[in-house]
Amino acid sequence: MRYAMAIDLRTCMGCAACVVACKVTHRVEERFSRCRIRESLRGEFPTLQLTLYSERCNHCAEAPCVTNCPTGASHYADVGIVAVKESRCTGCKACLAACPYDARFINGRGVAEKCTFCLDRLRRGEEPACVATCPSRAMIFGDLDDPASEISRTLAARPHRVLLAEAGTRPHVFYLE
Amino acid sequence: MNGLEVNIVGANPGLWPVPQIWGWEIALYLFLGGLTAGLMVASGAAFRRSGDLPRSLGWWAPLLAPVVLGAGMLALFFDLENKLNVWRFYTALRLSSPMSWGAWILLLVAPATLAMAVVAVQERLVGASPAWRRRIAGANLGLGIALGIYTGILLGALGARPLWNSSMLGPLFLASGVSSALALLLLLERDAGARHSLNAVEKKVVGLEAGMLALLLIGLATGSAAHRAAAKLLLGGEFTGLFWAGVVFAGMLVPVGLDVLSRKGRAQVSFWPSLLVLAGAFTLRAVILFAGQVSRWEVL
Repeated sequence: MRYAMAIDLRTCMGCAACVVACKVTHRVEERFSRCRIRESLRGEFPTLQLTLYSERCNHCAEAPCVTNCPTGASHYADVGIVAVKESRCTGCKACLAACPYDARFINGRGVAEKCTFCLDRLRRGEEPACVATCPSRAMIFGDLDDPASEISRTLAARPHRVLLAEAGTRPHVFYLE
Repeated sequence: MNGLEVNIVGANPGLWPVPQIWGWEIALYLFLGGLTAGLMVASGAAFRRSGDLPRSLGWWAPLLAPVVLGAGMLALFFDLENKLNVWRFYTALRLSSPMSWGAWILLLVAPATLAMAVVAVQERLVGASPAWRRRIAGANLGLGIALGIYTGILLGALGARPLWNSSMLGPLFLASGVSSALALLLLLERDAGARHSLNAVEKKVVGLEAGMLALLLIGLATGSAAHRAAAKLLLGGEFTGLFWAGVVFAGMLVPVGLDVLSRKGRAQVSFWPSLLVLAGAFTLRAVILFAGQVSRWEVL
């Protein structure tokens, strides 16, 4: 079992429903977000290209936050998800400094928080809140180890990339082009 | 990338637009930790030899090391966002995390500095030299080097921040710790002969430090686009003024220059060179810490 997410850059409208669904589901504190919409505007006028990215923790297979965590609070959960054990977190912020995606923040309780791929919902057999709510159905979630899963078939069929492949973190969030 | 404009909905404070992860507490800790490392190296090297030591090396260095270390560890503690969990550092030893090594190194460093202080007090007040003097001195020398280097490796292990991705940072921080410790000892030493030898060593270490700083910049400036952009922060970007004026000019060139002038009898040198070296060492940590957090890989 290796969970992954694919987001279709052609159908994502940047509506931020994923951001809101995540915030509501996990009661994320005021001012903070576990996921975000990044608007990247490239080129020189009049040749401009705007790309919208729905971003969150990439649940890297080689996660620098896990390697750099001094206490083992940041760890790989059994399904390949990168998770934080709050009871072990000292709030030293090594993981925040280690993450090239700036996917983590320190919450009001002083511990590192980030996207969990909705591990609690997955265990109940539900999809992550962002995927379930996406109005343009731009997000696909599933098991990469299962070649028959929708995500495996989509990634096999369509060109895709990950963010900052050069950082060598092997992300589990893919962007379909 | 030409004309890249990024806007984020749902960005977290402290991370966007500019990451501000670690603040003054960590800059202060890096400085005080380096100073402790330098004091340990100085007293460790001195106590490994037998015979009488000048007051700075035989008394002040071993006595100040645990005090400076305590202040540094306090700064480190202030930085922790979840202070009640501080003991969690000692329920795990994670070899992949330099932060974890650091926690354990500090646990060894603290008793080593205290033991060195006990040796110094015993020798000065009782007049007897304990049998384990050389062993304690050796431990202080070794642990001092480890403490001085690890802070640089800690930052270097954080691949997300290109400015820190240099193995030069460890030796650089160690050298800066040693030069700042010698500067502090020069402030306290009254004996002219001892001052002369401390001064000679200090200047050599500052020279070494300048060389390492140059290598660090060359390494970054000849690296990937992200590393070149990081070097630019110090060579024409946001932190250029503070780096050149505070670290290189005030912290290295002026103190060495004043010293040379005083030898030729053209300037009366008092405590200024030492204070400048200490201020320069702190500024070095602050510039590297804050510029490093701003440096990043560009996500397209």
